[in-house]
Amino acid sequence: MIIRILGDRQYQVPEKDLAEIERLDQAMTSALDTGDDAAFSAALTDLIAKVRSSCDPLPDDDGRTSDMVVPHEGASLQEVRDMLDAGV
Amino acid sequence: MSVMKRLSGIVQAKANKALDKAENPADMLDLTYEKQLENLQKVRRALADVATAKKRLELQANDLQSQADKLQSQAKQALAQGQEDLAREALTRRSAIGEQLEGLGTQHQQVEAQEAQLTQTSQRLSAQIESFRTKKETMKATYQASKAEAGIGEAVSGIGESMTDAGMTMQRAQDKIAQMQARAGAVDELLTSGALPDVTGSTPDDIQAQLNAASAQSEVDAQLAAMKAELSPGGDQQAIGAGQSAGAESAAGSGAVTTEDDVAEATIADTSGGNGSGGQS
Repeated sequence: MIIRILGDRQYQVPEKDLAEIERLDQAMTSALDTGDDAAFSAALTDLIAKVRSSCDPLPDDDGRTSDMVVPHEGASLQEVRDMLDAGV
Repeated sequence: MSVMKRLSGIVQAKANKALDKAENPADMLDLTYEKQLENLQKVRRALADVATAKKRLELQANDLQSQADKLQSQAKQALAQGQEDLAREALTRRSAIGEQLEGLGTQHQQVEAQEAQLTQTSQRLSAQIESFRTKKETMKATYQASKAEAGIGEAVSGIGESMTDAGMTMQRAQDKIAQMQARAGAVDELLTSGALPDVTGSTPDDIQAQLNAASAQSEVDAQLAAMKAELSPGGDQQAIGAGQSAGAESAAGSGAVTTEDDVAEATIADTSGGNGSGGQS
């Protein structure tokens, strides 16, 4: 499983940490759905901290695509909502 | 679907669009390389824009800070002249500037975060470009020898994803700069409209004008008092004059803020008290 943090880099997620990362993704998603800014920011901050502390960074020229993408560090709920709404 | 999965779908779709499709995989490699170079140029320009925005914020914060300092000393001066209303006005304006300064501080932190992300993006893109430049020649040779795609599609899609990330990071920085410029424009407008007096002194500073008028007035009063003293024949009036000024000094010395009316009342009270005690003796 490869994760990219936007504005940062790609990481390889160890199997044992996947459940915790998915839990934080769910917390972020629920906060987005209910419009809870504080909970969204907290979940995003925790998620980024978790990925950086427990996943291995991939070399810059790895070339593989990511399975999941984390929003920019410090992104607000509204920014992420706009990004998702704008789509491609 | 979770945020991370939705975002991944968007990034992959954008990545597919980002690269021009070429019939020949070898051409595709060259086109991708050109796109990479263009992308890096764009990131570098965005970085320059961020630096300019940061500089503007710093200049404005400096202007506002010296304005706040000036109003603080004007408030003190007004209070020393006994003009409490003027002091209050100066402090009210100073507090409005304080709010603006806080806002600028937050924006400065944000712009620094954008700068850090773009710097990192630029470094990673440079490393990728350097690596891809040599790799693509090997891939081309392999393709020409065997007509097998030899992982070209995979290598290119990874690059498309990085370019998409860079594009989204640039977009975010540009949005922040646009918000910042709107606010900076509003602060400039406040400064020029006189709601926040201009630090450069190009527009008249009404508080300073009132302070100057008051100190000119008190100089005139002092000169008048001196002339009256010279003209008065008796020593009695001089003694009363001395008593009055001593009373005013003691009121000021007790730390109370004394308006002219207060001083006048105190003087009348002193005089009647003096008469009363004179009557008793």
